[in-house]
Amino acid sequence: MLLAEQILNGLQYGMMLFLMAAGLTLVFGVMGLINLAHGALYMLGAFACAFVAGMSGSYLMGLAASLALAAGIGALVEITVLRRLYARDHLDQVLATFALILVFSEGCRWVFGNFPLYLTLPPWASGAVTLPGGLQYPLFRLLIILVGTLVALALYLLITRTRLGTRIRAGEADREMTAALGIDIAKLYTLVFALGAGLAGLAGALVGTIQSVQVGMGEPVLILAFVVIVIGGIGSVKGALAGALLVGMTDTLGKAFLPGLLAGFMPQASANTMGAGLASMLIYILMALVLVIRPQGLFGAKA
Amino acid sequence: MSREMLINLSMLAVLILTGVIAHLAGQGFVVTLATKAAIFALAGMGLNLCLGYGGLISFGHAAFFGIGGYVCGILALHAANAMPLVAGWSGSNQMLLIWPLAMLGAGLIAVPIGALSLRTSGVYFIMVTLAFAQMVYYFAISWPQYGGDDGMSFYTRNQFPGINTLKPFGFFLICAGVLVVVTAVIALITRSRFGLVLGAARQNRIRVEAAGIRPFPVLLTAFVLSAMITGLAGALYADLNRFVSPTMLSWHMSGEIMVFVILGGVGRLCGPVAGAGLYVLMEHLLGGITDYWQILLGLVLLTVVMLAPGGLIGILSGRARHG
Amino acid sequence: MKLKSLLVSGIAALALAPVLAQAEGVKVGMITTLSGGGAGLGVDTRDGFLLALKNAGEAGKAVELIIEDDQQKPDIAVQIADKMIQSDEVDLLTGIVWSNLAMAVVPAAVAQEKFYLSTNAAPSALAGAGCNPKYFSVSYQNDNLHEAAGAYANQAGYGKAFIMAPNYPAGIDSLTGFKRFYEGEVVNELYTQVGQTDFAGEIAQIKASGADTVFFFQPGGMGIAFIKQYAESGSEIPLIGPGFSFSQDVLPAVGDAALGAKNSGNWSPDLENEANKAFVAGFEAEYGRLPSLYAAYAYDTANLLLSAMAKADINDADAFRAALKEADFATVRGKFSFGPNQHPIQDIYMREVIKREDGTLTNRIIDKALEDRSDAYAAECQM
Repeated sequence: MLLAEQILNGLQYGMMLFLMAAGLTLVFGVMGLINLAHGALYMLGAFACAFVAGMSGSYLMGLAASLALAAGIGALVEITVLRRLYARDHLDQVLATFALILVFSEGCRWVFGNFPLYLTLPPWASGAVTLPGGLQYPLFRLLIILVGTLVALALYLLITRTRLGTRIRAGEADREMTAALGIDIAKLYTLVFALGAGLAGLAGALVGTIQSVQVGMGEPVLILAFVVIVIGGIGSVKGALAGALLVGMTDTLGKAFLPGLLAGFMPQASANTMGAGLASMLIYILMALVLVIRPQGLFGAKA
Repeated sequence: MSREMLINLSMLAVLILTGVIAHLAGQGFVVTLATKAAIFALAGMGLNLCLGYGGLISFGHAAFFGIGGYVCGILALHAANAMPLVAGWSGSNQMLLIWPLAMLGAGLIAVPIGALSLRTSGVYFIMVTLAFAQMVYYFAISWPQYGGDDGMSFYTRNQFPGINTLKPFGFFLICAGVLVVVTAVIALITRSRFGLVLGAARQNRIRVEAAGIRPFPVLLTAFVLSAMITGLAGALYADLNRFVSPTMLSWHMSGEIMVFVILGGVGRLCGPVAGAGLYVLMEHLLGGITDYWQILLGLVLLTVVMLAPGGLIGILSGRARHG
Repeated sequence: MKLKSLLVSGIAALALAPVLAQAEGVKVGMITTLSGGGAGLGVDTRDGFLLALKNAGEAGKAVELIIEDDQQKPDIAVQIADKMIQSDEVDLLTGIVWSNLAMAVVPAAVAQEKFYLSTNAAPSALAGAGCNPKYFSVSYQNDNLHEAAGAYANQAGYGKAFIMAPNYPAGIDSLTGFKRFYEGEVVNELYTQVGQTDFAGEIAQIKASGADTVFFFQPGGMGIAFIKQYAESGSEIPLIGPGFSFSQDVLPAVGDAALGAKNSGNWSPDLENEANKAFVAGFEAEYGRLPSLYAAYAYDTANLLLSAMAKADINDADAFRAALKEADFATVRGKFSFGPNQHPIQDIYMREVIKREDGTLTNRIIDKALEDRSDAYAAECQM
């Protein structure tokens, strides 16, 4: 029972990471841009949701606002700043987007203040449901798993079945050739970036609902999302899904069961601390292992 | 002497004069700020060696900064409480002994990290160094003996023969002295045969290989040396605050060390001095005006990246890119 | 060359800035948490302190207060303390909320001959062998409220407790304190990360543990996240905690999920005494919200400081210390005195979360848990 619940927790965490990682990996795959500010978009989405849901009283409006605002700001940033960085080396990209983090974080602090905001769940999404087998699990966390699954499915269909998807794949394969075929590559880039940003905003809103909405909330998630895409293979949405689930499970199950294992040969209290720390390290060890065995990541096409 | 060299030297001079003038004017806190700038500059110089000269974008130098700090903190803590550390030896509070050990510690960790990371390149290199730094960070958090998440204080500064390190100016002189020595060493390294090969490996790894030199040992050596210098800076920073915590190991710290290098100018000898000085100055001046000074820092950084990739030294020397 | 000359003139201006004239009275440096998940605690600390100064009128104006945000980060707190001591030349420091920050700042501050009055954090390391003549805790000793909760768990008939706290000095003190008087079985003892916001894994463990009560210490934003997520989880195991977990800074955000929860406190808004009535009414009028424990401690701290200032000059450290030790001020806790280690001797109550007629959630006292409680470390203090 405990194992089942922890697996669901891992799944929910993984799906949330997937929403973050999907945008990050698309942007890298198509534009070759490494975007540290992705975590800031996650934060902006959460603030938008808290603000709009608070003003309008409708949680769904809040979610829509988080998608719209994050996508809108994403597009704006792409057009004004990031566009100029595609041809630059990665160092410039890292720095410019690091600078954007500072601007967005402090800007948010300025507008919304230092206090964390808390969202209230709408009645239809709150409480626990009893799953087959008698396990009680929070409804909202199940909804996050559902949303993640739907997004994964939609992205799959988008990339394999639509015109836009064909263009994205073409852009990944050969930028110049795609442009030469008469595709408006600039517009495509903005669109892809806005899509990724919107997903990050949505993830921020969903997570902000169960935790809290505060400045800096995006940064730990951003680092994990990077780990996810490096494990999965940069540029691959399929890899992002696999990597996200792997990381989500490793982290959750590691935190849940490592202390118990360690308690076999040390006092309970230090086993708990050590266990939690080691569980956090586990993800990075996993990543190092993947890179040593398969430097291009699990689903990466090229090294 | 080239114009750039002149500017490099004047950057060092400005920093040292700031400390001296502030001391004479009785502004102890400005001396502390200048000390902080000197230490950050040193950390940046370390990173600059692999990032600027070797083209290795390490996003994990906080690991070495923090390891240097922890070596310093652990030795000082054991010395203060006379707790045995290894083989009956109970640490030390002598900077002259702590520094080489801090450098050794950072260097030893840098060997496996560098060897593994150098298997990759480009974005993967950035990400892998970041991941290794996170590993060290979480290790520090989960290690209760030395404070875990809370860090640890060691209440009094370590000692240096002939100087009262507790006085802000005494400690400033030590840090400035270390900075000057390291600057000279780096100037020598970059002009040596090793430095030339390193620069060549940055520009074209394949061509270096064609010339019959394996780039891997050269790049690894640069990475380890770079880590050792940053580790030394970490030991000084620990002494400045008389406190170490996992924050020194966080990825934000890695980003900040990178900012010192970029603000000043990548691959410029004293770029990190200019960058760190500017950073500390902005933190203090703008931080006094508004709590949201980091917005301005972000905008300055963005401007530098977009419009002045040569950083401050690049602007002053009138050359956009380092050769 | 423009930038450089700008730089140089900036540095020169900085270096030569005139030393501000020293004001009469006492210069107080307040380091507290004003941003992030712990901001609610620091804001209440600041506001409680300011209210006491304001109420004191002319006497309050003799206190020159400098407030800085430590962002709940120990290294920032250390740097602020350095700046306050070296640059601002304060006489006294106060305001730190978190024990890990206190451990980083307090020993160094008292070593530099500055007084430190704690408005909250009071780690065990500073109460026993590590006590110091310049260090006073006005709030409690960290274990106190948790001890009371442990005693209450016995009374309430709980025999299988799941206990949980963040992994920092106050968290460790908390579980130690709970276990000091609790006689039943501890089914699991869990340390979480400071600043943690997702408790799904811990809640799963609670549900699977077979405990009959959950004792948890999660101050500030951590508590809000935990209580909200616990309420969603469908678990029926009752929660108990120290007052911090159900303090006035937490209650509005968690809503009805906290209703009925039992928690311990050395202060409560409904405590019957004149000083407290004036404090609660004054705080609500000034800031439009009810005060929390942290506001009450800070209010008492400021009044203690003012009482000592009326009796002695801070430059005469021994006299000032003696004046502080008398604790001759109108406390909102009804009675208050200092023990030999300069930590309080006071009563500790059990409280219950209730809803006022206007719909606000607050606490009311249901019982006295410990009378004239000092702390477990006082005997080890030599000074």
